[in-house]
Amino acid sequence: MDQQKASELSRRMMKKQLRLSLSVAAVFVVILVGLPLVNLYLPDLAKARVGGFTLTWLILGVLFFPLTWILSSWFVKGTERIDAEIVAEESK
Amino acid sequence: MIELAFVLFIIASTVLLGVWATNKSQSVSDFFVAGRSVNVFWNASAISGEYLSAASFMGVAGLIMKNGYDALWYPVGYAAGYLFLLLFIAGPLRRFGAYTIPDFAEGRFHSPAFRKIAVSFVLFIGFFYTMPQMKGAGTVMQGIMGWPYWLGIIIVGSVITFNVALGGMKGITIVQAMQYWVKVFAISVPCFVVMSFLGSYNETLAKALEAPKGVPIIPGSVISMKGKAGAPNNALALSTAGESLVKFESDAVLTSISVNPKPKKEDTFDASGAILAIGSSLEVSSKSKGLTVPKDTLIRVMPFEVISAEGKKSKASLKLEFDQPSKIRVTAPRSQNDGDAFAPNSPTNEKWAAPFGPLTSKNGYPILYTYSLIIALVCGTAGLPHILVRFYTNPDGKSAKRTTLWVMVMLGAFYVFTPMWGSLGRTAMPILYASNSTDMAIIKLPTMLGNETIGHILAGITSAGAFAAFMSTFSGLLVSMSGAFAHDIYGKIIKPDSSSDQRKTAFKFAAVGIGAISMLLGLLVESFDIAMMVGWAFAIGAASYFPLLLLGSWWRGLTAKGAATGMLVGGMASLVAIVTTMLIDKKYVTLEVSPLVRSLMEQPAIWGVPLSIALMVGVSKMTAKQVPHDVDTMMLRLHAPEELGHSKDYIEH
Repeated sequence: MDQQKASELSRRMMKKQLRLSLSVAAVFVVILVGLPLVNLYLPDLAKARVGGFTLTWLILGVLFFPLTWILSSWFVKGTERIDAEIVAEESK
Repeated sequence: MIELAFVLFIIASTVLLGVWATNKSQSVSDFFVAGRSVNVFWNASAISGEYLSAASFMGVAGLIMKNGYDALWYPVGYAAGYLFLLLFIAGPLRRFGAYTIPDFAEGRFHSPAFRKIAVSFVLFIGFFYTMPQMKGAGTVMQGIMGWPYWLGIIIVGSVITFNVALGGMKGITIVQAMQYWVKVFAISVPCFVVMSFLGSYNETLAKALEAPKGVPIIPGSVISMKGKAGAPNNALALSTAGESLVKFESDAVLTSISVNPKPKKEDTFDASGAILAIGSSLEVSSKSKGLTVPKDTLIRVMPFEVISAEGKKSKASLKLEFDQPSKIRVTAPRSQNDGDAFAPNSPTNEKWAAPFGPLTSKNGYPILYTYSLIIALVCGTAGLPHILVRFYTNPDGKSAKRTTLWVMVMLGAFYVFTPMWGSLGRTAMPILYASNSTDMAIIKLPTMLGNETIGHILAGITSAGAFAAFMSTFSGLLVSMSGAFAHDIYGKIIKPDSSSDQRKTAFKFAAVGIGAISMLLGLLVESFDIAMMVGWAFAIGAASYFPLLLLGSWWRGLTAKGAATGMLVGGMASLVAIVTTMLIDKKYVTLEVSPLVRSLMEQPAIWGVPLSIALMVGVSKMTAKQVPHDVDTMMLRLHAPEELGHSKDYIEH
């Protein structure tokens, strides 16, 4: 494959893939950065009791794990779709 | 003895499984990366098995017991790190087809020199990560067998070292996968049984939250204090919640008595009546140093009021530091022999359960500390050499991503139990606070059930789980480090024309040598929290490999000089900051630093990662002419789906 074509293809592909990665990462970073801020500025909300837990403990100690599963399956589905699109376009 | 039987069983089955699998391992490529034929489910089990270390198994629960809410960031960060790995690194790295970070460094930039720099970090991070594993081995054997700390390290370390030297990695894929399931079983099933005796997770927490100023109550049983070799864990910080009596059950020397929490310069307080020896002529004050206390002495310690410059009142008490391992009891005056004393070294319920507690606010900058810890854990996973190597055992980029998703599910299912153990430890076994051995919560807690047989069986299961944890992680590290040595240092630098058999031999010798060094390092770190040490390994990985892999995969403009500068400076600066912190804590170095500097040294990721990235970008811009000429081809190799045929395996078989 010549240089120009390689450059064009790789840029097109990476743009698509990077957009997906950055969207998922953005959601995750908002949560990671946000939780300590909630703890700091909204301590009453953080302390609210939910079935024996404080809200912030419930989120960090329990719910955070399924959250990462949701984000990663969103990404895996998305990235497999993008790969399939690229393969389809290229083999035309 | 039941515990020992479980531990021996897990060691024996690991070794036998390893030997069996080795007989099936043939080619060199098998020896190093297990071929590339491991399916998604087993590979995810193996990655999880390799990843869940002593830190995860014992350390996290201990740290949560000790510090409460803030320590929840550890399990979350350990699991969440895989998300960043998945989003930015797993797919490209597998598609690139190199199988160690040094391969990536050389292959991406055509720079053999860069490879040598990259190899050095496999060893730095690896050794940092083996230290907590060794500590795990030492303390578990101490706890269940009463062996001295060093003996556990030597025995366990040697068994694993020889296993690795004989097996290579194929032997280990199946062993690692099995050990994931052992660990999940060992952390979950005993946890449910313990909860059925002692109360469920949310009940336990609710109980801890009931009295915000409360502190758990300990029975008056004998507490083994560590000596100054275990500093800073040789301290007995008596509770500010009420009067305590300390009875010395052995002769002891107190290196120092001091006010705790440490007062600021402007604070005013009167500690003259805070401590006194009852029925003895022993002269003791709140400032005594090098005080010899004979056996059977009874010392009373009273909390007192501290008034800050702003007029704020708070309570303080005294902290006794022990010179040699000693035996004491801590009781309360109202029932001298039956206990009921407030647990020493324990934060109040409120500080424990709420954010910004003792872990993050110890230096006065809780937000900074929290974010720095998060960055280290989230970015550091991508920098662990023994984990990345496993991604090459996926057949393609797609399965690498699917594997990562499964890894996150498996890790979440494991880590969600660690805070349960930590909270149960606080309510059911607060005496672990007094002896500074919260790391043992998961091993010791089952003995509190009041049913000896069940207690011993459960303790046997958790001990076996802990063993599975440090065996698998230590083996994985040893394979990566020995592989780096055999492949990169021996195979590329010392003897470039070596045959594959010679490299196999080099691998074996390297495994023995590196195993021995790891054991020696393990002897030095008895006093550090297991999970803290792992956090440090992550911080170094986060500031060195993570930026390399992130920018190397996604930014065309990166040059070898830029990447090497960023990795070296960011990684080394973090390493130096952490080692200095350790030396200060061990009192090998006396260095007065401001609390802000101290926070930044203890948790360097918040400056280390940006520094490394900034240097990579800056130096690459300056050396823009040296961007590899075939960078477009590189990018295709990294990102194109395999179906397009741009991928290539870097290693020749």
